[in-house]
Amino acid sequence: MDARLRILLILVALAGLALPKLIYPIVAIDVLCFALFAVALDLLFGFAGLLSFGQAMFWGGSAYVVAILVQTFHVDAALAVAAAIGYATILAVIVGLLVVRRSGIYFAMITLAIAQIEYFAAVELKGLTGGENGLPMDSRGTFFGVHLANDTLFYYVALVVVALCVWLVMRVVGSPFGTVLRAIRQNETRTIALGYRVNRFKLATFVLSGALCGVAGALYALGNRLAGLEMIDWHTSGAVVMMAILGGSGTIVGPIIGAGIYQVIEYFVSKTPIGQETDLVMGLVFAFCILAFRQGIAGGVLSLPWRKTST
Amino acid sequence: MSADYLASQLFNGLASGAYYALLALGLSVIFGTLRIINFAHGAMYMLGAFATYYGAQYLHLNFFLALIAAPLVVAALGTIFEVVFLRRLQGTDPVYGLLFTFATTLVVVNLMRILAGAMGSPYNIPDALSGATNLGFTLYPTYKLFVIVVSVVVCALVWWFVERSLLGARIRAATENPMLVRALGIDTPRLITITFGLGVAIAALAGVLAAPTTNVYPSMGDDIIIYTFAIVVIGGLGSITGSIVMGFALGVLQTLGAVWYPPIATTLIFIVMVIVIALRPSGLFGRPESG
Repeated sequence: MDARLRILLILVALAGLALPKLIYPIVAIDVLCFALFAVALDLLFGFAGLLSFGQAMFWGGSAYVVAILVQTFHVDAALAVAAAIGYATILAVIVGLLVVRRSGIYFAMITLAIAQIEYFAAVELKGLTGGENGLPMDSRGTFFGVHLANDTLFYYVALVVVALCVWLVMRVVGSPFGTVLRAIRQNETRTIALGYRVNRFKLATFVLSGALCGVAGALYALGNRLAGLEMIDWHTSGAVVMMAILGGSGTIVGPIIGAGIYQVIEYFVSKTPIGQETDLVMGLVFAFCILAFRQGIAGGVLSLPWRKTST
Repeated sequence: MSADYLASQLFNGLASGAYYALLALGLSVIFGTLRIINFAHGAMYMLGAFATYYGAQYLHLNFFLALIAAPLVVAALGTIFEVVFLRRLQGTDPVYGLLFTFATTLVVVNLMRILAGAMGSPYNIPDALSGATNLGFTLYPTYKLFVIVVSVVVCALVWWFVERSLLGARIRAATENPMLVRALGIDTPRLITITFGLGVAIAALAGVLAAPTTNVYPSMGDDIIIYTFAIVVIGGLGSITGSIVMGFALGVLQTLGAVWYPPIATTLIFIVMVIVIALRPSGLFGRPESG
């Protein structure tokens, strides 16, 4: 990893440790969960070159699994999170088998449409999901018997989980597997000619991304004690794409920064008279980013002048 | 369940297919030349409906004039949008076109929410088209018949224009090989702008037709655009014929599916899409190598 990115990552890690002291702990939990969500999406987009516009199906779907198990069936939260990750992983395998044969815009459109199936299923299964009202949870339940009602405590537990997941993504991206992903992104035909079974690599990445989106969604549901339809909505899939690209796609640390900035802008806009329409501001910022600043914030840092290191 | 009931459901299906066909057609026309999937297509449909509503409100514009005027106004906005913004994205990964039009959708929809409120306003069916028409086997709402007829006529005209006219041939040529077409002295950027305007006009026309049937509200395009994406994928990305045929076919299938099992109405099109991409990834009318 580039030294400049390493510095950014240390700064982000420090910010992560201090976050509940800087903003409301519950907002800090949101930032944290979206950070992992954005990293997971960008594993697919930034490294394998596959833009998914349907990642909310894993994020929202796993949130519902957690909410249903903890609220309705009083299952231990740790077990519920494990079940949610299981759900996201299995869903990612099924969807992945269908979609990895396509790429580019096709991939984006298909993932978007498939995510809508889950969305409308959640609307229809009112008895299980609460329909339009979503499914609020009375409490976070217990983790192996321990209560995590305190928001700050929950934040730090979630921080450990998120840090482990981000570390996993860094290891994957830095491994030979990650090198093959970059090769696919740069020249798929040549990678096939070299004898790689490209679709298997794409599928594995899709499944890992889906599972991590599931982790993030499960934590978000527990943090907010709520699973709602808007978590599966395509606006959420779009929002996480915006976070990843604003922050700097393909840099791992970028999507984390993007998620933070997105939440901060959203927070401040919500205090203004147009507070209901934060998407207006996000749309303008993102439109500008796509036209003039496609490398994002971390990409911008990478293009700063820097003396060559001895590597 | 009587045969008359099924027949009137069939017409209902054609009526909702009429919107799908127009939207899918516009999306395909734009994709054909710009290689961009216009995410803002639903927003343009919404703007068509609002242009109709505001036209009636402030200019006393009647519905039949709005059928012509609203698409022209929205298409004018669309061409400005293409020249000022989308042109800058030419030559980048087409994914950025999708993302840029996605951002535009957020801006336009939320701007309209501030201007018009989230709930929107009703727009009445014009007197000349209200009431019912006797189809021989059943009485059927005149307005829905009108929508079907307009959609079929417009789809046929656009199909003829793109596939058979000289300008259409130039547009198709510019899609295949823009450099060569330019070398022949044809203004390719202008062709692209014209095509984009045409696609937007068709979306806006669908919006005008939708205005009397639903409330006119800012997020009216949010759901229908995803259905349109699925229909375009089923028909084969970029296939004009596929878009038109599958637009009507899936409208009918969705309505008849809902007769059999009502909750399936919202997802049936997506389920069909999943089956189609599993069996024939390039779509029913698409060429295997595309995409």
